[in-house]
Amino acid sequence: MGEITPITDQSIAEQLSHVPHAAALGMQLVGYEDGRALVRVPYAEHLVGDPDTGVIHGGVLTAVLDNASGMAVPRASLSEAQRAIATLDLRIDYMRPAKPREDLLVEAECYQLTRAIAFVRARAYQASDDRTIASSVATFMLGANRAAPPGLGSGSTLEAPA
Amino acid sequence: MKLLSEVRGADGRLDLSALVARIPYAQFLGVHVEERGNEITLVMPFKESLIGNVMLPALHGGTIGALLEFTAVIQLLAESQPVALPKTVDFSIDYLRSGRPEATYARATIAKHGRRVANVQVEAWQSERGKPIASGHGHFMLGDS
Repeated sequence: MGEITPITDQSIAEQLSHVPHAAALGMQLVGYEDGRALVRVPYAEHLVGDPDTGVIHGGVLTAVLDNASGMAVPRASLSEAQRAIATLDLRIDYMRPAKPREDLLVEAECYQLTRAIAFVRARAYQASDDRTIASSVATFMLGANRAAPPGLGSGSTLEAPA
Repeated sequence: MKLLSEVRGADGRLDLSALVARIPYAQFLGVHVEERGNEITLVMPFKESLIGNVMLPALHGGTIGALLEFTAVIQLLAESQPVALPKTVDFSIDYLRSGRPEATYARATIAKHGRRVANVQVEAWQSERGKPIASGHGHFMLGDS
């Protein structure tokens, strides 16, 4: 993936502050284009999964890859009704541990879009080392809130940024 | 490995609750372990910081995924009593239903326990065991044991 345009419009960056769990993780949207998103998670003690090494927990990667992937679902090409999205599935490959005490970066890109489904790939890395820490593929259902029978929603529904 | 040796009892078995209490991220999620006989259930009580969508409201998919993966690791630790934490190779999550703002439970079964790699399947549910909100499966590298 090439470089993702850095955020200049703060109203886009603020989108994440309205997602309580994203805010709790300290997630920041630092780059955005329609169909692509770049998210940063500053290193924090409460994200540690292995206190012996200080390496952050794989679950943090799960949450950030999921969230960044959802934000990469292109909004401009979608109708208002389609913009409510829900994660159908997410598969993550863990390549190497993240270095402790260093921010985590996740870039996500929607590489295919149909009327009902968005296909998104993402990868996590760190600024000091471009090698991939974890990569993921996710599928999202578009228009998730539309005529959804009760109890048939899904994992995480979130609005892509405007 | 310091963490595991610290929570290993005199009988050589790991104290899973003590282990979870020492993992900062598990505390951040608010996860705890319930053991009934040989059955292990992980419980993630609801709290505001787990929300991903305030409009519905719904739990953040990442918190459910994290719970699934964490449950798989705990099950492996309980069954194989390794000397090091298992390393996740890959993990796959299917989101089946929206996570409501209430307690979430998860249980794992080890489908295949090889010498170096294990395949673990996990399911998460809320008020109804028969209506899972997510299922997951993954491969884990086992430390030398």
